[in-house]
Amino acid sequence: MSIVEIVRFAVRGLIANRLRSLLTMLGIIIGIAAVILLTALGNGASVYIQSQIAGLGANSITVLPRQPPETAGTDGRPLTSADARALADPQGAPDVASVSPVVTLSATTAAGRATSDVTVVGSTPSYFSGANVQMGTGRFYTDADVEAGRKVVLLGRTAADDLFGVGSEPVGRDVLVDDVPFLVIGTLAPAGQGQGLSNPDENVLAPLTAVQGSLTGFGNLSQIVVQARSTEAQAAAESEINSILDRRHGIEQPDNRDYQVLSARQLADVLDDTLGAFTLLLAAIAAISLVVGGIGITNIMLVSVTERTREIGIRKALGAPPSAILGQFLVESIILSVVGGILGVAVGYAGTLVPLGDFRPVILPAAVVAAVAVSAAIGIFFGAYPARRAARLRPIDALRRE
Amino acid sequence: MTTVSAIEGVGEVEHVLDVRGLSKVYGEGETAVHALRDVDFSVRRGEYVAVIGQSGSGKSTLLNMLGCLDAPTSGRYLLEGLDVANLDERQQAVLRNRQIGFIFQAFNLIPRTTALANVELPLVYAGVGRRVRRERAEAALSLVGLEGRSDHRPNQLSGGQQQRVAVARALVTTPALLLADEPTGNLDTASTTDVLGLFDRLHEAGRTIVIITHDDEVAARAERVVVVTDGRLTEAARR
Repeated sequence: MSIVEIVRFAVRGLIANRLRSLLTMLGIIIGIAAVILLTALGNGASVYIQSQIAGLGANSITVLPRQPPETAGTDGRPLTSADARALADPQGAPDVASVSPVVTLSATTAAGRATSDVTVVGSTPSYFSGANVQMGTGRFYTDADVEAGRKVVLLGRTAADDLFGVGSEPVGRDVLVDDVPFLVIGTLAPAGQGQGLSNPDENVLAPLTAVQGSLTGFGNLSQIVVQARSTEAQAAAESEINSILDRRHGIEQPDNRDYQVLSARQLADVLDDTLGAFTLLLAAIAAISLVVGGIGITNIMLVSVTERTREIGIRKALGAPPSAILGQFLVESIILSVVGGILGVAVGYAGTLVPLGDFRPVILPAAVVAAVAVSAAIGIFFGAYPARRAARLRPIDALRRE
Repeated sequence: MTTVSAIEGVGEVEHVLDVRGLSKVYGEGETAVHALRDVDFSVRRGEYVAVIGQSGSGKSTLLNMLGCLDAPTSGRYLLEGLDVANLDERQQAVLRNRQIGFIFQAFNLIPRTTALANVELPLVYAGVGRRVRRERAEAALSLVGLEGRSDHRPNQLSGGQQQRVAVARALVTTPALLLADEPTGNLDTASTTDVLGLFDRLHEAGRTIVIITHDDEVAARAERVVVVTDGRLTEAARR
């Protein structure tokens, strides 16, 4: 008695009860489709958010000063230009591409009678790529502007609109920043989003030296923006920054750090963890429907065994060994669940073709493999009991049944 | 499989089946029903034996024992010289498959399955290859005069035709023993004559047949008749 014959008997048994077979499969189809679709939704959301984060600032890492915890027993040291120079050292930090020391202050800008409250960001040209600043009109300031301490400024869109009117082109005009005159050399493209620290549309950008010379004094830095060589090098760059600053600030315990390192990667990691948990939750809910589908298989197979008791008796009288009967009913339930699983994957895939808002569900290949494997396991697990019952029927009892 | 070869390799013993002191008790204590009491019974190769008795006499119980469908409470049953009591469930299945051909009162064909597939079924369980299986099933069907009906399903056949399919199915493995349980009980007169004629021909061809019936007309066709009364077996007058 070969496997082929057992499968043929099983297929015949299923075809004899087409409607019932289909309805039984439906439970598995819905369960598997739900698993595929819901994990694809979670994954799609994750892919979407990753792409949004990537737009925030490629490979950029922000170092901010921070109040160390009281147990550290010190107020900590500020970030200094010397720190920034140390981070730019290619020996100690080979994965760092550029370092931009940054000072920021809140200031009031004025042009004529119009005023605008802004955040002034003083830095070096590498800041533009590090913070993913997009040019609107005019030009960026240059290293020469920084060296000479020229009082030039780029206006964020909101500041430009406030001071010179909506949609204005203020290049070449003068503005007063806290009463210090600066020349407008460009505007920034509307950003709409930032790294969560401030609205870049309300920023005005000026050379570090000009801001320090005329507004803040040559003191401490507000932050240091570091760019890693590549996305892959970001984690390495972060640990290089940590080890350099730990050494310079005399920090032995990471918990006692007087600075913090923020990156888009970390943000992505946190969001990824959250979404991962969310996806898992969705999958767990879908799995419940899969279990219900499996119980449906047990139910129908038990009905089938009862209904075909006489047939089982005849087969046994004709010499079917218990293993052949077991195999026939087990294969029936495996076919039900595996075909249901494959159809479920197809239905789930069809479901992912529907875009939802900004993002599209993205199927996890692992979920497809797992779904088919799980459905086969369901067939074996939930079909085992009815099949054993069929195999154990005594031929005499089975034949007596009308 | 050593068992299979053991079963098939049994040599020519005089008696196809030999039963000694066979008893079957259902239930226990005061409610116990003695369906068979100390039955001795044997059938020689090529013999055509009828077992008759009233309904409830124990003849169906005897058939179940002879067909290895049920186990006796006590006693010994040798089929082709092999003690059936020593066999496990799987070995008994092999034994039923190779040595016994069943013919039931209710035909017991598998529904929604063609006559050919029904006849092939025992060969499938015997592990016979597809082509040989088909040839042998077709040969068995033509032996019972149904060569043109192989594609018909049971519900497309008359009672007599269904029973002839069942006979073909019983014959197809060339078993040592044909066991028929009231084979004409559900048939009209014409079909009864038909099927009994078939049994006569099989007997002439040397097959060993045990037929269980309550019908004296049917029993009259057999070589030897035994009577079961209240679980005891007695030999009827030889003709």
